[in-house]
This record gives sequence, structure tokens and C-alpha cells, in this order.
Amino acid sequence: MIIEAILLTIITAATPLVISALGELVTERAGVLNLGVEGMMVMGAVSAFAATAITGSPYVGVVAGIVVGALFSLLFGFLTLTLVANQVATGLALTILGLGVSGMLGESFVGQPGIKLPQINIPLLADIPFLGPLLFKQDLIFYLSIALVIGVNWFLFKSRAGLKLRAVGDSHASAHALGIGVIRLRYLAVMFGGACAGLAGAQLSLIYTPQWTENMTAGRGWIALALVVFASWRPWRVLAGGYLFGAVTIGQLHAQALGVGIPSQFLSALPYAATVVVLVLISHNRRMTLINTPASLGKAFVPDR
Amino acid sequence: MRIELERRPRLSKFFMAASPLIAFAMTIVAGAIMFAALGKNPIEALDAIFIMPLMEVWSLHELAIKAAPLILIAVGLSICYRSNNWNIGAEGQFIMGAIFGSILPVVFYGWQPEWLLLPMLIMGMIGGALYAAVPALLKAHFNTNEILTSLMLVYIAQLFLDWLVRGPWRNPEGFNFPETRQFAPVGVLPEIFSESGRAHWGFVFALVAAVGVAFMMKYTLKGFQISVLGQSERAGRFAGFSSRGMIWFSMLFSGALAGLAGISEVSGAIGQLRPVISPGYGFTAIIVAFLGRLNPFGIVAAGLVLALTYLGGEGAQLSIGVSDKVTRVFQGLLLFFVLSCDTLILYRIRLVFSGKRAAEGDAA
Amino acid sequence: MTEPAAVPLLSIRKLTKLFGTFAACNGIDLNIMPGEIHALLGENGAGKSTLVKMLFGVLAPTSGQIVWNGKPVTIPSPGDARHIGIGMVFQHFSLFEALTVAENIALSLDDNIPLSKVADEAAKLSKAYGLPLDPSAHVADLSVGERQRIEIVRALLQNPQLIILDEPTSVLTPQEADKLFETLDKLKSEGRSVLYISHRLEEVQRICDRATVLRHGKVTGACDPRQETPASLARMMVGAEVASVERDETQELGDVLLSARNLTVPARTPFAVTLKDISFEVKAGEVLAIAGVAGNGQGELFDALSGEFPQADRNSVSIRGVAAGHLGITDRRLLGAGFVPEERHGHAAVPALTLSENLLLARNQSDRNVFLSGGALGIIRHGTLTDAAKRISETMDVRKSAEDPPAGSLSGGNLQKFIVGRELDRQPSVLIVNQPTWGVDAGAASRIRQALVDLARNGSAVVVISQDLDEIFEVASRIAVISEGKLSAPFPAGDMNREKIGLLMGGMHEKNEGAEAADAH
Repeated sequence: MIIEAILLTIITAATPLVISALGELVTERAGVLNLGVEGMMVMGAVSAFAATAITGSPYVGVVAGIVVGALFSLLFGFLTLTLVANQVATGLALTILGLGVSGMLGESFVGQPGIKLPQINIPLLADIPFLGPLLFKQDLIFYLSIALVIGVNWFLFKSRAGLKLRAVGDSHASAHALGIGVIRLRYLAVMFGGACAGLAGAQLSLIYTPQWTENMTAGRGWIALALVVFASWRPWRVLAGGYLFGAVTIGQLHAQALGVGIPSQFLSALPYAATVVVLVLISHNRRMTLINTPASLGKAFVPDR
Repeated sequence: MRIELERRPRLSKFFMAASPLIAFAMTIVAGAIMFAALGKNPIEALDAIFIMPLMEVWSLHELAIKAAPLILIAVGLSICYRSNNWNIGAEGQFIMGAIFGSILPVVFYGWQPEWLLLPMLIMGMIGGALYAAVPALLKAHFNTNEILTSLMLVYIAQLFLDWLVRGPWRNPEGFNFPETRQFAPVGVLPEIFSESGRAHWGFVFALVAAVGVAFMMKYTLKGFQISVLGQSERAGRFAGFSSRGMIWFSMLFSGALAGLAGISEVSGAIGQLRPVISPGYGFTAIIVAFLGRLNPFGIVAAGLVLALTYLGGEGAQLSIGVSDKVTRVFQGLLLFFVLSCDTLILYRIRLVFSGKRAAEGDAA
Repeated sequence: MTEPAAVPLLSIRKLTKLFGTFAACNGIDLNIMPGEIHALLGENGAGKSTLVKMLFGVLAPTSGQIVWNGKPVTIPSPGDARHIGIGMVFQHFSLFEALTVAENIALSLDDNIPLSKVADEAAKLSKAYGLPLDPSAHVADLSVGERQRIEIVRALLQNPQLIILDEPTSVLTPQEADKLFETLDKLKSEGRSVLYISHRLEEVQRICDRATVLRHGKVTGACDPRQETPASLARMMVGAEVASVERDETQELGDVLLSARNLTVPARTPFAVTLKDISFEVKAGEVLAIAGVAGNGQGELFDALSGEFPQADRNSVSIRGVAAGHLGITDRRLLGAGFVPEERHGHAAVPALTLSENLLLARNQSDRNVFLSGGALGIIRHGTLTDAAKRISETMDVRKSAEDPPAGSLSGGNLQKFIVGRELDRQPSVLIVNQPTWGVDAGAASRIRQALVDLARNGSAVVVISQDLDEIFEVASRIAVISEGKLSAPFPAGDMNREKIGLLMGGMHEKNEGAEAADAH
């Protein structure tokens, strides 16, 4: 059963990565590069925790995380889409602002015990040996993460709106010429990314470590960005990549607990180092990267009028 | 109501100069609203943050101490950003510079020649440059996104420093505190005017770097290469400039300046290595670079403003009991407003009220 | 054909579009009858594209009226245009490279048509009009001609009454163009109308029933093109006689100054063309023109010859007898070569930099001791640069708004004159130019062509890569054709005609046994 316990922790560590990376994937498929995932995630974490602490209901917390994440991303959307500010710089600004504002809002919650999001058992399925506890005795956010992978995949490749979104990401000029509302679609994609990042943040402060600490996202937003590249903008690969990173994170924690004789700092650095290595391996194949990257990613669009 | 942008026939000189000022003013207004919402007297709070630190000579020295690393790093970053290389890991390069520069005074603490500072500073620059060489190598030869790699390396550098000061480099006579030995006096960066305050030579380095880069950008072929490659890689290739070479140059250059900032901070302001040696200078410098319009002299001014937010934030915490987190909020707001105001340089902004479009058509 | 009393399908009254204070279209009147092919003629920048963008709902008119089937309408979006029955085939394709043909088509249809039905519909229609298409193919893998077919099928799926084609033949071989004309005739016979935008007088005379001519945003003529001569049409378009290029046919040729030997370059990106075994020689005093339809490797050939992307094989290119295949662009310039790329903004010039800075862009090493001082430090001599930029502007008659304005503030023609002048100013012994007059007004184009011919006359070797056959015949001493990355043998210009070039463009290399064979007959 130790394996099951480890797998469970891996799933818990991977879920916020998967969710936030999926959100960013949709944003980037629409041609927008939002580097502010870390900031939106930390805002989601603090608002989810605060809302839970105030109302006593972690479900209100989840909603608060989503809503605040989406609203916060609107700031980015307004700057980059309406005012065509530089996307890279604005994303950084969003992260800096998010870390600052969350630190300030969360100050009174530091050290408070949190309320964990309850487990929901799916009848019958939960009783399957081994798989049951892993997949069907989970919390709401885990179920959402799986639903999101399936939903985003369907949306992008089977629905007309998803087709339009990909078209906008491929060539905003052509999309505009065909009468597709480029800016409107991009706003929606950015907000979806923000909502996902907020949800991921809620998972951190309601499940992963049910408490609030400053900067508790600890670079996960950036790892999510790397995951999108790793997944070459495909939802199922985000899921796989997320679990891979979850495994690295949990693996190093277990190694620290076991006291393998490697300094704990080196083990803590492992997920970050792994991100770099994975990025190098993925981007090494220039041809693949070129084919997969949404062609108008990061480019500003100003329609003629 | 809708916001429409209309491209200006040419860049607006007026808004180029005015946009940072407008942004600053908007930040002040937003800050005042924020303090009011927190139940503080906005005037009092703003006074504590932006005015009080400027009223005392010793405090001006502190301002210079905080501005020095910001300016040094931001001047280097401006070269990166102008050439379209998005080094956002200056914080890590700062730390690595501090660590490399500290090898002599910490590991070889018995060796204390008069000129110890010189190799310390040089090693600091080498340390920062080497650390920046990692994302440079990965971008130039493996096409790896430098934004993500340089940022990941920040976390690694922080953990590495933490390990050093708790492990091999911990002061054996330091009662188990996680810090290294104090640097010997020959390893301490001297103060500029020691009678009046603590400001050290790091500030002078920052000014020299700003002037040097300003000269390079305006008068030399190197500066021309930077701006051409930054605006169009294709045109740069046509001119015979190597974008790969520019990745190396800009990353190593900014890494070296961040490293110099790191060793100057440790040697001049702190005097030893500790687990945390920077309140996020490497990230704040990104704001400084943009607020200064990537122009070296603008960066000097912007560095002073951002240093003021650090200093004022600390002061306000003591005097009126607002959280020191407001510093970060102010910095984030400032960057947001700068980026929004920069739109005015390229575009004219028009508010279109719904229905007006048709009416306009009839009128004209 | 059409009865005189019939109601026009489309009637435009006093249509005006202002950008700031600049009037791109200024009070345009135009009637299109049902079942006619109507030409819209004009030079680059005359306002043709702006006009059709207003008709298709991409731009909003500043003032004026559009009347459709006798009723005034506003067309706020392309969707509305399609709804009332206007279809559009864009000049620069509005296609999505990463998507499939079917997905591209689906995007321009109404939302209520299920995605699964689109592929079938498209296949049916493309068969009916003789425009074969594979719905599951990715656009990135298709040729330019195939891409245009998608655009046409996409427009036809709407069952439009009016189809607008914006410079449709600029990307086609003459034979492909013939096929297009057949399709247009078929549409006409079904009672549909076509608005045909072009600057090619010949084809307008061939297929159009009526023509409206635009100049500087105003209508300067409405006529039956079959009653006009090319010269009279040109006068309406340009407003003045354009000087024709003077050539000295008795030119004596000198040494070989530029040669390519078995130049083979693999595609650098998934969207690029592979160059296969290209060989040619250019002697002092001649202009070798390389014709071809867009996207057949012209850009790649330019990159390989300029050394922006050097080759492994040092002998693949030689300049003035020196093996240069492995050299970069700077070293090739130092050997005496000059280069003018196709794209002005962001390749030949940086729009935000001034003209003098853009001069330094191309000549920072070839004229290092003139423009720079301070040895390795490389201090820029701004004064010398401004003087040189002024000299070039005067020689090439570059019209500009200020002493040393940003390159981006110049019109296409004026900037191109500067870019060509920048190279001519150093009297290169080899000059390689890609699409020298693309998007340039007739006056500037004629001046640039003359300058190229004069350079050759003074003993340089010139290579002109162009899609414009008129231009090719005007400047070339010899003509070769590039198709799918392969270059035909060069033929003397006098032995070539449009039909022959067309066959070569279609890739009929096996039919020619080289220049000698052509000489013989």
C-alpha cells in the first residue's frame, strides 16, 4: 500500500500543474503568451484560502480561486489585447503584482489552520481495489482536472469555437479578414487561463498544503509554462507531463525524508533542474517546435478600422 | 464603449518622456486608494513612503545602497531586452556573483592582500556571467526558451546559496548561525563619503555602467547591432550580425553586471553571505529597466524611484504599521502603469461609444 | 448579355475611406451588373484593396453608400458580406497554415453547418468547378495554386452572387491562370458577377466586360477594356507616360563574375523549399533574370546567394572567381557583391531606424573605414553617414518628409529606391536583387529597372529574381525559370516568350535540353 500512498501524493502534486498548464495551453493556442501564471495562481491560492476561512466552506474557496484568477487575468488581457503592451513584460508584471498583492492580502491568514477540501467517493468505483482510492476517492479539483483535460481536448479539436480559437492562434490577420472576433476570443482564452491558474492555486491552499504561506506557489506557475512547451500544445501530453513532474517533486521529498545523504537543497532543486533538462530535450528538435508552436504566439494584433 | 487604437504616423516624443511620469502619478493615486481601503490615512502613508526617506542624509545613503544593485542589473538587462533576449534570471546571476566573489574572503579568509577587492569583484562578474552562460548556451545551441531556463536557475541558485551558508561555508565560530565569516576589512567595498553615511562604491559602479552603456548604444557599432537585432533578426542577419553572438554577448554582459551587483552588495552592504542576500533586486530590476525605457539614464532615475519604494516600505512599516508587502504591490502597479502608458507612444487612444461609428460615417 | 435597363447588382456611391487625414478611397462610384466580369484596375496604393475591404466588411467606410440589388446596405463584418451574397478571394491568402483544407473552409461558413459535412460539400464543389482539393491535407503542405483553389472553393460554398478576386493571377503560372479564367467564365454563365482586381492589362482585356480605373483613391476612368489599348489603360492608371527601360543590345560581355555550381540547399524550416542542384553563370555586363511563381524557392535562392545562410560546399557559389559558398554575407560583400532582398521592412531595412542608419545596416563592413572609426571600438561616424544617405537619396530621387527620416515613414517605392541606391552607390561588381519592384509604383519601378540595366552596362553582373514577367522581359539579357527549387537552364531573352516561361514554371524541365537547343531553333 506504500505504492498507492506515493501515487496518491504524486497525483496531488501533479494536479495543480496539470490544471494551470491546461489553462495556459488554451491561452497560447489563441496566440497569447501569458507569463503571469505564477501570479494568477498565487492570487487564486490566497483568495481560496481567505474565502474558505471567512465562510467556512472550502467550496466557496474553490469558486473564489477561480473567479479571482479570471479577474486577475483580465488585467493582463486589458494591457496586452486592448493596449497591445508587450506580452512578456506584462506577464512578468502580473507575476510581480500577484506575489505582492497576495502577500498583503494573506498577511492575517499566515499560520491559521486551513480547511481541507473534502474527499468525494464515487459509489461502486471507489471500491475497486488499488485504482479505487487513487482515482475515485478524490477531491473535487482532481475530478475537475481530468474533466478539463477531456473537455479542452474536445473543445480544441472537435468544436467550431475551438477551431476558431486555433485559427486565431495560427494567423490573427487571416482570422480577422474572415470576420472572427480576434480580440474577443483572446480575452476569453486569457480568462480561461486565469480561471485555471486560480483553480490550481485553490488546490494548493485547500488540498496540497491546507494553509497560506507567502509565495506558496514556489515556481509552479513557471513549471506549468514549461509543461505547455513540453506537451507541444496538446492536452493529453499536459496530463502526462504534469504527472511526470509530480513524480519528480514527490520523489525528491521522499528522498529527503529517507535521508539519502544528499543535501536537502540539492533535492529541492531537482524539479527546477528537471524543468530545464526537459525544455532542452524538447526544444532541441527545432523542426518539431516550429510545427507545433501557434504561429502568432506572443504577437500583438491591432485591427485596421 | 470601446477603446480603439490608431497608430501614430511617428513615435510621440512627448509621451516618450511623459509616460513614466504619468505612470508614476497613476501609481501614487492607486496607492492612495489602496491605503484608504486598508483604513490608513493615504497622505500620511504616501508621505512615509515617498517623502520621508528623502529628508535625511543617512537615508539618502541608504537609497543609494538600494539603488546601486537595481541600476547595475537593469543596465545589463536593458541590453538583453533591446536585443530581444529575455533574461529574467538576474536574481540568480546576482546570487552566483555574490557566491563567486565570496570565494576569496570566505574560503581563503587567511589571505588578505591590500588589493583583495579587485579579484573579488572580477570573480563576482565572472560568476554572474557564467551563470547567465547556461541559458545563453541553451538558447544559442538548443533553441531553448531563455525566459523559463533563466528563471528556473534562480530557484537553483537560491537553494545553492542556502546549502553553502548552512553547510560547507558556515562560519565555524558563528554559533551555528547560517552565515559565513565576516569579510576581512580589505574585502569590504569602501564607503564613498564615510562621514555622512553607508553608501558604498557599488553606486559609482552603477553610474559608470550606465554612462558606458549609453555611450555604447549611441556611438558604437555594437550598440547599433543590439538595436538592429532586437528589432529584426532578419535585418540583422542581412547586415552580417550574428544573432547567436548577440545572445552570448547580451546574456554574459547582463550576467556580469548582475554578478558585480551581487558581490558589491555582499561586500559593501552586508559583509558576509547569508541565506537571503537580496529582497528580489533581480526581479525589481526588470521593472527598473522598463520604467527607465531601457535607456541607461532613465534607468538611473527609475532605479532611484524603485529603491525609494523599498526604503519607504520599510519606513512605513515602522511608522504607520502598514505591511512591508506594499512595496511589492507598488512595484507591480508601477510596471503595469508604465506598460499601459507606453501604448501612448505608438498609438492614439480613442474611446468609441457604441453607435458612434455609424454616426461618424454620416457626418464625415 | 446584360440588358441596359437592369438594376445593378452592386452600386457604390461616393464611397470614401480616411485613415487619419489620408484618403485611401475618395468618393468612389462604381456599378456592377449581374453576370459581368468587372475589372478594377490601378497601381499599388491606388486604393483597390481598401475599396474591396469595405465591400467585404473588413473596413468600415468613412462615408458614402453601398447599394446591393437596389437596396442600401451596411456591411459591418465579413459574415454580413457573405450573408448578402458577396464572396472574396484574397490576394495574400487568408488561410491558416496549421489547419487542414476542410477546417479552413469550415471557418468561413455559417456556424450552423456541422463540421463533418464541410469536407463532403467542399469535395463536391471542387469537382464541379474542376478545382481538385484534398480536404484532409494541411495547408502548409500545399502549393500556392492549390491554396488559391481553397480560397475560391471557400467563396463558392456560400453560393455568392458577387465574387471578388484580388490580384488572383499574381501567384499563378500562365497555364494555371488560363484554368482560372475558365472557372470565371463558368461563373459568369451562371449569372454571377465577378469583381476582378488587377494591374495586369493583358488579362483584363482578355476576360473583363467593363473596367473601372483607380488612381490615388479616385476613379480616373470607366471603360470597356476591349475598346482600349494597353497604353491608354496604362495612362489612366499611372496618369502619365512611364519611361520605358533603355537597353544596349550590343553589350559585350566580360568575365564570369558570379556562378553557382550544383547548389543544393535542404529546407531550413518545414515551410521552406529545398534548392536542388542549381547551376548558372553570370558574366560582366549581363542581367540574368530568374522568373518563377511565388513560393518556388526564390527566397531560399536569394538567401543562399547572399550568404545569409552559408553553405557547406565552398564551391557552390563563387564571386569574381573566389569560392564563396562557405562565406557569410559580410565576406561576400567584401568580394564586391551587393544584395537587395524582397522584403523591405524587417529584412532590407529596419523601419524604425533612420535612412542613414539603414545605410550602415548594409555597409557596416564593406565601407568600414568610411563609416566607422576607433578601430575595434567601432565608433559610428554619424555625419559621414548622413551625407552619404543624402547623396543616395538625391541620385535615386528618393522623396522624403525630413532630412533623415525613419525608413518606415517612406512609401514603398521611395524606400525601395533608397535600398537599391544604397547598393548601387558602392558600384558592386555583382548585384543580386529579389523582386526589385514588388509593390512599387510605376514611376519608381521604371527608375529602378533602368538603374539595374545601367549597372550591368557598366560592367557588373546582375541577377534579378522576379515574378513579374513584364519586368523580366524589360531588364533581362538571359532568362531562367525556377520551379520547385530547381532552376532551368538560362535562355537568351530574345528566344523566350510567355508561353515558354509558363511551361518552365510548371516544372517542364525535361522538355528543354538547355540553352543550346533553344538557340538552335
